[in-house]
Amino acid sequence: MDFINSFVLLGNYVIIPAFVYGCQLALGALGVTLVYGILRFSNFAHGESMAFGAMVTILVTWAMQSYGISIHPLPTALLALPFGIAALVFLILVTDKFVYRFYRKQRSAPVVFLIASIGVMFLYNGIIRFIIGPNDQNFNDGERFIIRVSEFKAMTGLDEGIALRMTQGVTIVVSIAIVAALFWFLNRTKTGKSMRAFSDNRDLALLSGINPDRVVMIDWILTGVLATIAGTLYGLDKSFKPFTYQQLLLPIFASAIVGGLGSPIGAIAGGFIVAFSEIMLTYAYRKFFFYLLPETWMPDGLIQLLSTDYKFAVSFTILVIVLLVRPTGIFKGQSV
Amino acid sequence: MRFKAPVFRNIAMFSIMAFLFLVVGFVQGWGFSLTILNLCLISAIMSLGVNIQWGYAGLLNVGVMGFVALGGLAAVLVSVPPVEEAITAGGAGLLLSLIILIVTVASIIVTSRKVAPPYRRPLIAGIVVIGYFVVRFFYVPAVEAIEAVNPALQGNLGGLGLPIISSWIVGGIFAAGAAWVVGKISLGLRSDYLAIATLGISEIIIAILKHEEWLARGVKNQIGLPRPVPFEVDVQNDPYYQGIADSLGVNIIEFSSIFVKLCYAGLFLIVLLIVLYFAEKALKSPWGRMMQAIRDNETAAEAMGKDVKGRHLQVFILGSAVIGVAGAMLTTIDGQFTPPSYQPLRYTFLIWVMVIVGGSGNNWGAVLGGFVIWFFWIQAEPLGLSLIEFVTSGLAETNALRQHLIENAAHMRSFTMGLILLLVLRFSPKGLIPER
Repeated sequence: MDFINSFVLLGNYVIIPAFVYGCQLALGALGVTLVYGILRFSNFAHGESMAFGAMVTILVTWAMQSYGISIHPLPTALLALPFGIAALVFLILVTDKFVYRFYRKQRSAPVVFLIASIGVMFLYNGIIRFIIGPNDQNFNDGERFIIRVSEFKAMTGLDEGIALRMTQGVTIVVSIAIVAALFWFLNRTKTGKSMRAFSDNRDLALLSGINPDRVVMIDWILTGVLATIAGTLYGLDKSFKPFTYQQLLLPIFASAIVGGLGSPIGAIAGGFIVAFSEIMLTYAYRKFFFYLLPETWMPDGLIQLLSTDYKFAVSFTILVIVLLVRPTGIFKGQSV
Repeated sequence: MRFKAPVFRNIAMFSIMAFLFLVVGFVQGWGFSLTILNLCLISAIMSLGVNIQWGYAGLLNVGVMGFVALGGLAAVLVSVPPVEEAITAGGAGLLLSLIILIVTVASIIVTSRKVAPPYRRPLIAGIVVIGYFVVRFFYVPAVEAIEAVNPALQGNLGGLGLPIISSWIVGGIFAAGAAWVVGKISLGLRSDYLAIATLGISEIIIAILKHEEWLARGVKNQIGLPRPVPFEVDVQNDPYYQGIADSLGVNIIEFSSIFVKLCYAGLFLIVLLIVLYFAEKALKSPWGRMMQAIRDNETAAEAMGKDVKGRHLQVFILGSAVIGVAGAMLTTIDGQFTPPSYQPLRYTFLIWVMVIVGGSGNNWGAVLGGFVIWFFWIQAEPLGLSLIEFVTSGLAETNALRQHLIENAAHMRSFTMGLILLLVLRFSPKGLIPER
């Protein structure tokens, strides 16, 4: 019984949160990796893109709430998502037209794109703070829990319980759906195949008559969709604060690189690797061992490998190890 | 005589900049003008540091913030008086854990070089695990003992109690040390991997400074650092300065504030000129030409027998050291060290805007960029506010939209910076003062 209790405890505090966080990172990393695969640069504006998409979703959510539109028990934000996506895709396409397209025509070095994306980051940053301000915004109005700890305990008769929050459930379901749709698109449709061909060998793709402008446009649209969904899910699950999205950039890049930049499947794997290591290394295992060890064996302290303050260090350390051991990432990405 | 026209243009641009400071002095007050000038001088040094890395060698350092913060740490560790009680309480344990940490890292490096593949990785993993627990065994009690000493005011080891001005050099050394580690790990990688690796290291440096309270009080902030220049109050009470103020016919309080700021400006200007002199000297030497050759064509330079990786490491360390010096100066003029205030937008990306706008590869350009961008970063706020007030002047005072716009007008400055960066990158990619 103690054995089951300890693993239920682990499930509640480590596995579920890490899985949810992994989903959010994976969606973010997919956006970074798609831009890298087609346009060959690391998009530093991706964090702000996520924040912008989430911001529009929040504004539409508030408007819907004031008109009394709701899909209780699900959060209204899900209904507002398409508006956020449309707004972000529009913004990104305008940005591409006025910023990135010029450098594509010039065939500039990737580093120039990267610096341009820093400029875009500043622009988005200003717009977001100008519209919604720098503070925390709460927009989750759905049911709080799918399963409560007390219900779980009553069902199973264990001392420990698992709680599944609504936002966690929504994150998992939406992420699986969107990733499935993305892979179907990339692997089964003609457009998706042309994108993969373009990513693998640009010159060959051009020779076989693939229209590069169209590939780039669709790539940006996919990025916008993924960024909005990732941003909104993260905001629902934690809270929306523009600054945190800027900080998310590091774990997202770490996920994309660990998996192999340019490889969608790698981005997903990378997201989960980063999320699980972050949470597993910063979790205090005291109660977990409390069930497993005899009382006299219990060590003092929290049995925490790293203070939670160092979660950034975890993603960075994984990044460094992967770069040293296998520079192209786990699932061979591109290296230019 | 070919160079005549651009030289005139450059002198004109610096004169315009000086004129702007005069305008600010007359319109918004001399104290304000000098405050901007002092930070412009520091920004110019930071931007020189980034220019050494990016302009000379094409290295993309997106971790400027970390090196700035290390400079700030140096300012604390050098200038603050030591906390004897804390040192006796936990100094030995801390030193021991540091030695064990060094031994662990050294044995990892030795293992990875000497041991053959099948045993290498398990052995390294074993050393990491054992080292971790042994270090923690000594480290945790030592830190607890230190942080228990007078936690409201100290709770840290304190520093050396030396004049804060000497920390400017120490800041450079700290940053250079960190740069050596980062460079060793990541310089062989592609340019965007280096960018992300430096981004990561800067976030980790900030995390360490925030949470290791025994070091520099972390989020509890270290305030009241000593100053290299006299305090305003002392100037006000000194009959000598009172005499000068009287003969100039100005208020002694205003005089003291401007006098102190001028002292800072003088010190910063000296540092800027020294750095600029050596940066220019290096760029025009065979070493500088070799760096440019490596930047423009790594393969060709390598074929000519140049040690590309070694040169990259060298230039990365030099640039970071300059940034560290500027970081220590920044903490000196602030008079306090507040780790939570380090944000990448302000301390990394803004410096990048300075370099790109000023002209990458040209030291004078980097300096001008530092001046221009910092000036507009500060002035964008009042300018944006008056612009918004003008645009919304047709709306009522209580109009919700107007109030929202005025409240958030300050955030337009990041928008302005982005716009400036993109416009310069597109229409004048060589910057205000192009590379010769």
